[in-house]
Amino acid sequence: MKWELVIGLETHVQLATRSKMFSGSSTAFGADPNVHADAVDLALPGVLPVPNRQAVAFAIRFGLAVGANISRRSWFARKNYFYPDLPKGYQISQFENPVVQGGEIVFQAEGKACRVPLTRAHLEEDAGKSLHEAFHGRSGIDLNRAGTPLLEIVTEPTLRSVAEAVAYARTLHQLVTWIGICDGNMQEGSFRCDANVSVRPMGQVEFGTRCEIKNLNSFRFMERAIQYEFERQVEWIENGGTVVQETRLYDPDRDETRAMRSKENAQDYRYFPDPDQLPLCIDEAWIAAERQHLPELPAEMAQRLRDQMGLSAYDAGLLTVSRGWANYFLELVTGTGMDPKLAVNWMTGELAAMLKRADREISHCPLQPAQMLGLLRRIQDGTLSGKMAKEVFEILWEEGGEADQIITARGFMQVSDLSVLESLIDELMAAHPDQVAEFRSGKEKVFGFFVGRAMKASGGRANPAQLNTLLRDRLKGNH
Amino acid sequence: MDLNRTSLTALAQGLRSREFSSVELTRTYLERMAAHSSLGCFITVDPERSLLQAKAADARLARGESTPLMGIPVAHKDIFCASGWLTTCGSRMLSNFVAPYDAHVIQRFNEAGAVILGKTNMDEFAMGSSNETSFYGPVRNPWSTDRVPGGSSGGSAAAVAARLAPLATASDTGGSIRQPAALCGITGLKPTYGRVSRYGMIAYASSLDQGGVMAPSAADIALGLTVMAGFDARDATSVACPEEDFTAQLARPLEGLRIGLPRQYFGEGTSVAVTKRIEEALEVYESLGARRVVVDLPHSDLSVPVYYVLAPAEASSNLSRYDGVRYGWRASQYGDLGEMIARSRAEGFGAEVKRRILTGTYVLSKGYYDAYYLQAQRVRRLIQQDFLAAFEQCDVLMGPTTPTTAFAFGAKGGDPVEMYLSDIFTIGVNLAGLPGMSIPVGFDEVGLPVGLQIIGPHLSETRLLGVAHRYQQATDWHERVPALVQGGERG
Repeated sequence: MKWELVIGLETHVQLATRSKMFSGSSTAFGADPNVHADAVDLALPGVLPVPNRQAVAFAIRFGLAVGANISRRSWFARKNYFYPDLPKGYQISQFENPVVQGGEIVFQAEGKACRVPLTRAHLEEDAGKSLHEAFHGRSGIDLNRAGTPLLEIVTEPTLRSVAEAVAYARTLHQLVTWIGICDGNMQEGSFRCDANVSVRPMGQVEFGTRCEIKNLNSFRFMERAIQYEFERQVEWIENGGTVVQETRLYDPDRDETRAMRSKENAQDYRYFPDPDQLPLCIDEAWIAAERQHLPELPAEMAQRLRDQMGLSAYDAGLLTVSRGWANYFLELVTGTGMDPKLAVNWMTGELAAMLKRADREISHCPLQPAQMLGLLRRIQDGTLSGKMAKEVFEILWEEGGEADQIITARGFMQVSDLSVLESLIDELMAAHPDQVAEFRSGKEKVFGFFVGRAMKASGGRANPAQLNTLLRDRLKGNH
Repeated sequence: MDLNRTSLTALAQGLRSREFSSVELTRTYLERMAAHSSLGCFITVDPERSLLQAKAADARLARGESTPLMGIPVAHKDIFCASGWLTTCGSRMLSNFVAPYDAHVIQRFNEAGAVILGKTNMDEFAMGSSNETSFYGPVRNPWSTDRVPGGSSGGSAAAVAARLAPLATASDTGGSIRQPAALCGITGLKPTYGRVSRYGMIAYASSLDQGGVMAPSAADIALGLTVMAGFDARDATSVACPEEDFTAQLARPLEGLRIGLPRQYFGEGTSVAVTKRIEEALEVYESLGARRVVVDLPHSDLSVPVYYVLAPAEASSNLSRYDGVRYGWRASQYGDLGEMIARSRAEGFGAEVKRRILTGTYVLSKGYYDAYYLQAQRVRRLIQQDFLAAFEQCDVLMGPTTPTTAFAFGAKGGDPVEMYLSDIFTIGVNLAGLPGMSIPVGFDEVGLPVGLQIIGPHLSETRLLGVAHRYQQATDWHERVPALVQGGERG
């Protein structure tokens, strides 16, 4: 039987606010345990939550970016359960009437355009962390993360393949970092996904029973976890089993998902409106103000790059992968006369490879756009060959400086002087009469031999175009 | 100095004119508190700390600083966190909790130069109407020590009644200021919801809790409220209205005042003595130029059931933070984490608190939420609308604060519902978020005080205080003190 995979994703996006969702503590990552936990975070008797206006503003921006409805009136609700790293014994979240409702994410997967409708996006606070290592027979609690603002973005279950799920997640990641509401750091947990996965016989309308895989904090883990879960469910059903609704955890070391808790043990969270707060009211003026803060979105910019600069869809997509890439590119080509295609090729080629090797984001690129532009100009005017340009690029990356100054100081000049090239070719032909004869008898292959030798003799500096023309002329006996 | 009859204004005058110092005044009250410790009014007394504050106030007085409460000793209900003070909320759960910060109310009094006299006894987590649920033992009614003082602010009410403090803070979720004020023969004010910041006031039912104040007279309360009230950004339900001097319009005449008498507050179930004293008080008001209007609060009989769904629901969640993990009572014997939390709560909470946590957990549970919690919210809205409609016909509402005078210890121990019904006249005010007062209007046949409740529209505290003050200008019930207090004349 052929099986269809059905996926819905819930993504926890940590909002890039300075202070927490309901307290004034810092959201900075990496401090000593409980340094960023004030009376409110510790849930001391008598403390009260006050919602962070910036977090609400970010939620509005997200809603606008995905074409959702912004609830003019929404409520914070309490989700009640006991856990040592949940100081109040409840998490403040949103249940009915979340701040963002509807909207969609448009993306490319496996070469085709996809649209995923969003159910909702709601504001909530994160829990703290239990530390089980380092304390013998005891557990530690770190509340630095407790109260960190999150936007939980929930899709409808319309994703139909692992590739679609991953492409959706990448696009969402691109969007939330692009509009500046999330730092996107997945290692630090700023962007993590829960995947609801079920299978059904191809053609069946009803959904199968779903399992929820929690806390996928990398795209690769997401890909592998969903794939594993798909295969597990299909195999289980084909062997006569029934999938039970449960929460599962992905173990990257063993590349499998394991049951955490089943629906039967599911807690009743006893949601109810938080009586410490008034309804969250958002008026038209606030929405209009947030709209002003919204930059040109990646899809819009990609279209503009295609229309205005003639870039391919592929190149435009690569350049709008993040604000950093787009801004870098725009600095290279805006008002500089630089050929956009040359800039794209260098950015997606050498620059991308070097950043990857150095494990750096473009925002932390040692090579400023101005330096890069200096290099590209010398390629554009023929001063540097591709090979030489790569060498200059590496020097710029390692040592800094300006392309022109490196070219002068180290003699990276392309040999375009005809007389130099001519005498070089003459020497070669004199030294290899047999090969000259072969070429003249029609063996085109030998041409490459001469190009190679000539390049080597010039120390790689021969202008390839000129060399080609000149060499062909000479070999054919034209003087 | 006759502390029994000295108003707050007179005390402040005495301090300013150096007739006596804050240290002397504080010491005098501390001595009275010690002499009457058997009343059980205080959970924590710390004379050294109080006198240190008094000394600082004297220094400020000497520098010419003269805010109205500078150097005045004030008793605070143990529901308010006060930095460095044990803050128990009447519970074993917080028997080891020394607050590391000041509640907004405490901060305001500290800034005004008031002296913390001590932390007053109360029903555990403010859940109770007799002060019998306190882990720290009962409070005795100074008018008759075999009677309850009312609750949950029983310690504050009894302390003011016995003149162990000239002013006391309190809190009111379903009547916890007005009911004990009535049973102890003093004046008490529960402000409009949002008027006084809840920051640092330990939560029972967040949508109903409101801090307020108790004193012998409305004039004294006006001074206290002026200090406490005001916007606080740390409380998201704090009302952003300008700071007010609540003493400014106390003397406004009552000519033409329309007093609404809710039909539902005058009927069976209220004792003959209470009914008579209320009628006499209304006659006094008529003599001052007011007139009566009968009004309807058609849903008032639903206020007790609605309250006992909503308040426990909120409480069940509010009290979840007491898990023995970060502070408070932790069981000494436990196997795993779940057991640590369960045992700590089983040992730390008393029976009434557990009853309300269970009730609240039940009404919020899947399958019951709509029928209980949501339905109660709908009826709450109707009760609010009843009040708003009534205020279209009158300026204030009046009626008995309680159906009876103070009852004996254990009298309502058997059936919790019977105890809950002692708040039948006060709960609606909380559900509607309105300000309400209780003022003493005489005594029953055995000499127990009777309280008149005065209710006003939202943010009408100035009017309420004026209405109470004019009555107190015409009568002296608020100046009576119980016999056990030296110089007292009744008992």
